[in-house]
Amino acid sequence: MKGTIAFTGNSGPKVRSDCEICLELKTGGGIIVDLISKVKVLYGDSIISLTKEILEFFGVRNALVKINDSGALPFVIAARLESAVKKLISTNLNFLPEFISENCYSTTRHRFRFTRLYLPGNAPGLMINAGLHSADGIILDLEDSVAPEKKDEARILVRNALHQVNFFGAERMVRINQGERGLADLHFVVPYNTNLILIPKCESADYVKLVDNEIKSILKKHNSGNIIYLMPIIESAIGVENSYDIARASENIVALALGLEDYTADLGVPRTAEGMESFYARTRLVVAAKAAGIQPIDSVFSDVADMEGLKKNVLTSKSLGFEGMGCIHPRQIAVIREGFAPDEAEIEKSKKIVLAFEKAREQGLGVVALGSKMIDPPVVARAQKTITLAISLGRIPAGWKEDLTTEII
Amino acid sequence: MAVKTVINAAGRPVPLEINGQPAIPFKGVGNHRPDGRKYSPPIPTCSDYPDDGNKVVSSLAEALRKCGLCDGMTISTHHHLRDGDLVSNKVFELASEMKVKDLVWFPSASFPCNDPVISYLNDGTINRIEGSMNGPLGRYVSEGRMKGTAVLRSHGGRVQAIQDGEVKIDIAVLTAPTADSFGNAKGTGGTSACGVIGYAKADSMYAGKVIVVTDNLIDFPCFPMEIEGIYVDYVVVVDKIGVPEKIVSGTTRVTNSPDRLLIAEMTASFLEKSGILKNGVTMQAGAGGTSLAIAVFVHRIMKNKGWKSKFGFGGSTKYMVEMLTDGQMDFILDAQAFDLESVRSIDNNPGHIPYSVFNAYNYHSKGNLTSMMDIMILGATEVDLNFNGNVVTHSDGYLLHGIGGWQNCLHARNVILPIPLFRDRIPVIVDEVTTLCGPGELIDVIITERGIAINPLRQDLIESVKGSGLPLKTIGELKDEAEKICGKPQKPVFEEDIVAAVKWVDGTVIDVIRKIKS
Repeated sequence: MKGTIAFTGNSGPKVRSDCEICLELKTGGGIIVDLISKVKVLYGDSIISLTKEILEFFGVRNALVKINDSGALPFVIAARLESAVKKLISTNLNFLPEFISENCYSTTRHRFRFTRLYLPGNAPGLMINAGLHSADGIILDLEDSVAPEKKDEARILVRNALHQVNFFGAERMVRINQGERGLADLHFVVPYNTNLILIPKCESADYVKLVDNEIKSILKKHNSGNIIYLMPIIESAIGVENSYDIARASENIVALALGLEDYTADLGVPRTAEGMESFYARTRLVVAAKAAGIQPIDSVFSDVADMEGLKKNVLTSKSLGFEGMGCIHPRQIAVIREGFAPDEAEIEKSKKIVLAFEKAREQGLGVVALGSKMIDPPVVARAQKTITLAISLGRIPAGWKEDLTTEII
Repeated sequence: MAVKTVINAAGRPVPLEINGQPAIPFKGVGNHRPDGRKYSPPIPTCSDYPDDGNKVVSSLAEALRKCGLCDGMTISTHHHLRDGDLVSNKVFELASEMKVKDLVWFPSASFPCNDPVISYLNDGTINRIEGSMNGPLGRYVSEGRMKGTAVLRSHGGRVQAIQDGEVKIDIAVLTAPTADSFGNAKGTGGTSACGVIGYAKADSMYAGKVIVVTDNLIDFPCFPMEIEGIYVDYVVVVDKIGVPEKIVSGTTRVTNSPDRLLIAEMTASFLEKSGILKNGVTMQAGAGGTSLAIAVFVHRIMKNKGWKSKFGFGGSTKYMVEMLTDGQMDFILDAQAFDLESVRSIDNNPGHIPYSVFNAYNYHSKGNLTSMMDIMILGATEVDLNFNGNVVTHSDGYLLHGIGGWQNCLHARNVILPIPLFRDRIPVIVDEVTTLCGPGELIDVIITERGIAINPLRQDLIESVKGSGLPLKTIGELKDEAEKICGKPQKPVFEEDIVAAVKWVDGTVIDVIRKIKS
């Protein structure tokens, strides 16, 4: 017994799509649900029956549950209540909501990762529509955006969100905590079709291996053949120095990201708009990632109101060799994607490569050549991706090949 | 108390009598033909008015007494000063002191600042409100606490009711930011400027007695006069008619919400791809954050294409004024100014023209503005599978909003509702609207963050966006998607008692609101 009263969740005038739960274990009297909700007329009965179902699942027979609800969806209410139960009793049970079929997809190693939208792991209101904003990836964050006392709750909420929130094809990413807590976080997310794990404040290849092995053992336990990609985040001087080793620590690493707030703090200098203080770290990280054949991803741009500044930042980033950037607000997504997206010259070159590849295939040739230059298969794959992207961004029509009137080569 | 009802053309049971007066059930859009003649107020004579034209009296109380304020009268006021109005409540405070009972309050809209009238409903000074009821007032009505039955009308329905004599105003109290002693009045100037006061025009022409209340008395003539002194009985000068910062927002703002911006972007994109947006387009959008964002996106598209809008109908905002000053819109016809920028623009831009709802919205007229508009952007609390819309009650059954110009605007060529699929778990698309305010045949497109549904009656629009890449869905698919996320909602439970009637633009009863079961 850990006590008899537990509080979870959030309430208040600004809180939406969440609820606050006060669970008090009793010695008799059955389950009493005291519900205050703006949607009581519409969903009162279903909230009460869900509450009773969950408590019965955990074997709680006598309790007073006070719910102050501001329009929380069922998976949120379930997460809040499960967290409250787990604050009071020890159990290995997990009340898992249905896993929606829309989220049964995997992602590929070489997909574009221009934009990744960070979502605080304990803020359900921001999760529900996050997938609508067309980010390449969505990061459910268990680390810095979650207050220390809310970390346990966030794990359960994130686990439920992975089951119930439609991510509309975005790569499903979770940023775990550092150290032991981070390894424990994995158990809440790895079995539920997470596509990628971000490892924060990564300083050594050994730690990446530790995380990778833990993931593999969890997947094995769940008889899952999934591959979970890794994206270590470099946020310290030692991390920068070890970045090439880190980049090669596991075959599942697909990208290396940079976190400049902590890095500049580590250097003991302020982070400036020009970014001279982080120039070495940025170029070093790009080189390490490229040498290891993975994607270098730049730090987030923290002024969400400054779209012009963001635009400039993205162009610098692209010119240094970065292939993506984190987003802390959905409005940044379009600007960042636009910035990293292929320009005219890249699109034209990719067109030529794709056409050359198709011509070679038609002629049964094993080798693709563009003029006198041999083209490697990864370059072809890249060109195909560029074309796909250009079509999806509306830069070229889907039927661009039909529009060609002259032979290019 | 159960009232005998009949089923109207929209399938809704409605009474044949409301507050002791006969009521005509809704007959279908455009099917009701009014007969008879317009209402006319008593004929006045100059011999009753001062030759020097000075109609100023010492106080509002004196003016009300001189107007013969007595039990059962209908008193009209207007919402030009919005949440900063200091005059409407005062009228009923005075009436209560004078022990007058059973008044009918006939406002063009009410705001949270009018919540104190609840005490005059409680003490019997006011019998009922015929006008919009928001927040606590709506709750009061929904709980069946108002003595009479509320009657909700659109802005256009209000002037139609005045013109047709459905509502006979005994005393109209017109609050004017600027007036002269003869009673000529306008919405600009002074410390309480609101821009336009056109909502009071019909009242001034048809009311038995008219009082103009101002805090900015200027020498004759107050020009340009929106309200003409020839209709005015008394002029009252007070210290303050309103609280300036609550009259117009200092500045209206585009929404910050990423979800709403997404809806706005999709709306602009729909307008572009469907070909509705074109050179010479006419449009109206409100002052809500999403509408403003749509206006900004539309402005950008039109600028890129070198297109111009012939006119926009306001609710004006600084975003509309920008189009005007940018040369991208020829005229703003303005029924109300929402921010300081547009109030200033009325004085400064010759193309920014005050335009009363009497001209814009009255259905019993020889044509009006709304059917001439190409694009109409509106909201709704609920839309059902037949595209019927509700703007007055929430899904929990409570009356919480007025109709505003919403019903009138449905007559535009393309009526587009950009709305979130659900708001804090409350689905917006439902099987059947709680209260019917607008028939689905007039609502063309629903744009949500998760997809766009076009009314099957608009095959031309469906054709126009084929292959456009827009996320087109049926309204049923949208509803299923919302219910999959939020769950299937229960229905509110009502009692038999009718607490409010909702009128259609032609004065017929389209639906009623019943008391919430306690």
